[in-house]
Amino acid sequence: MTHPHHHDRAAGAPVLQVTGLKKAYGAIQAVGGVSFSVQPGEIFGVIGPNGSGKTTLFNSMLGQITPDEGKIELNGEDVTQLGPLELNRRGVGRTFQTLQVFGKMTVRDNLIVAAQEHSGSMFSRMFAPGDSGLGARADALIDQFRIRHVADKKAGELSYGQQKLVDIAMAFMSEPDLVLLDEPCAGVNPSLVGGISTLLKQLNQNPKIGSHSSFVVIEHNMDFVMDLCHRIMVMVEGKVMAIGTPAEIRANKEVLEAYLGS
Amino acid sequence: MKKLSLIAWLVTAAVLLVAPPFLKNYGIYLLSYWMVFIIATMGLNLTVGYAGQKSLGHAAFFGIGAYVVALLMKAGISFWLGLPAAALLCFVVGIILGFPALRVQTIYLAFATLGFNTAVWLVMRNEEWLTGGTFGINDIARPGFFGMSLDSNLAYYYLVLGMTVLMGLLLLGLLRSPWGKAFTALRDNPIRAESLGIDTRNYTLLSFAIGAAYAGIAGGLFASLVQFIEPAPFAVGSSIMMYLMVVVGGPGYFLGPVLGAAVGVVLPEWLRFAQAWYLFVFGSAVVLLMIWLPDGLLSIPDRIRAKKQAKEASAARAAAAKNMGAPT
Repeated sequence: MTHPHHHDRAAGAPVLQVTGLKKAYGAIQAVGGVSFSVQPGEIFGVIGPNGSGKTTLFNSMLGQITPDEGKIELNGEDVTQLGPLELNRRGVGRTFQTLQVFGKMTVRDNLIVAAQEHSGSMFSRMFAPGDSGLGARADALIDQFRIRHVADKKAGELSYGQQKLVDIAMAFMSEPDLVLLDEPCAGVNPSLVGGISTLLKQLNQNPKIGSHSSFVVIEHNMDFVMDLCHRIMVMVEGKVMAIGTPAEIRANKEVLEAYLGS
Repeated sequence: MKKLSLIAWLVTAAVLLVAPPFLKNYGIYLLSYWMVFIIATMGLNLTVGYAGQKSLGHAAFFGIGAYVVALLMKAGISFWLGLPAAALLCFVVGIILGFPALRVQTIYLAFATLGFNTAVWLVMRNEEWLTGGTFGINDIARPGFFGMSLDSNLAYYYLVLGMTVLMGLLLLGLLRSPWGKAFTALRDNPIRAESLGIDTRNYTLLSFAIGAAYAGIAGGLFASLVQFIEPAPFAVGSSIMMYLMVVVGGPGYFLGPVLGAAVGVVLPEWLRFAQAWYLFVFGSAVVLLMIWLPDGLLSIPDRIRAKKQAKEASAARAAAAKNMGAPT
């Protein structure tokens, strides 16, 4: 199935390009000139202490706040001024730090509603079948996330961990180019952290779903980030301290002193 | 369970089709009145129950529909043109009323819609040249249907019944289409909905507009049913009553309005024996219902199911704990 937002990219062209991004709240410069790019298929981690500007950066990329300065480009298109709706339609999926599933819908319907607006017009959807022809894709993700046994239950009735899985699966339903994961391990018990990591790696490599997806991950769980990400950006006080592979970041003295500790 | 509900459906359908000829005029009138309010509250259930927009202005659309049909019929235009005209006008005004909902929510939206209802009611009361003011509009005719006269209460009842079924099926189709999921997503979590590409703006406006169109059609049927309209039934109090019908029946349950409208329309008639105590009894019943069943009457089966599941889950946990403690 082809998708309108899968642009033909020139080889090596980034999916996401952030240039000179700045955002201040009053006298506080939350993000003070951040630049980086994310390549197709790359898993890009963002780490840093509390108050280092990660969330402000994330909210800018998701169109929830407008930066004061700088540029955000998605597949070469300037999307700095766009809101969450337009960004999603252009291929940006996201997960939330806190659970954001639709509690009164079944798991399956949660997945279907996560992609149904990506094809046809609003008018045509009035006459479309209830599952918008997305049933097979939803089932594939349900199997991959091993939530088959709860697929027909209301999402609000599931355990926290199960809802977290649904939440992540929803972000992938529309086959996005870029998925922004906001603390995917927050509140999750240690045994599931490994499971989420495995799933995200699969989604990143799976030839069917997510193969073209690049991820940006904010996460405090260092083991998770070091294991999952191809490259990591360390932010401190609104600025980029370092960008590099997990090995490079681990070996970076400045980062060790400022953030990773002993 | 499925078999049971099928039987319930068949019995209800049979009663509604076969019983009315054996009823007195007043009984037939009451049934028609109930059907009219089912249509109106089905629309409000879409706005409030499915899409989660708090509207206290529904009676205004009910009134606009009634006046449009009455005035057009007085001008010699057919009921069958008046009814779609009423629906269309309400749809358009409904979109306009939806705009405040894009800025304010919950109780603030309720007050905005309440203000709208008051404004419409004032127009009905004060613009005598158009609406007849407090004197209202008399002698509103009953329509014909392919040459058949619907003048008798019984014939008109069957028209209203047919319209109720038709409007119900249309709504069911809409709710089963992707739109139904989009409305529910909008209600449960608008921020998440937007992040999934759901145009919350359009769906909010349409939830008001479609709900309003239902009220418009109900209003048109109401005008021809009672044959005399004046501003009183379209005041804010009626909007609150319609909201109550949705809440009592079960917001977001397809059949909620059927039950809710019965409570709101038929129950007061049954409580007439209580005379002066009627409002007290009715009010107390609603208070008790809201305390014990905040999700409405139709939430009872869901509650029983949830309780049963919780019981089974705790039994399973107890069994697991016992097994773990047992020597192997």
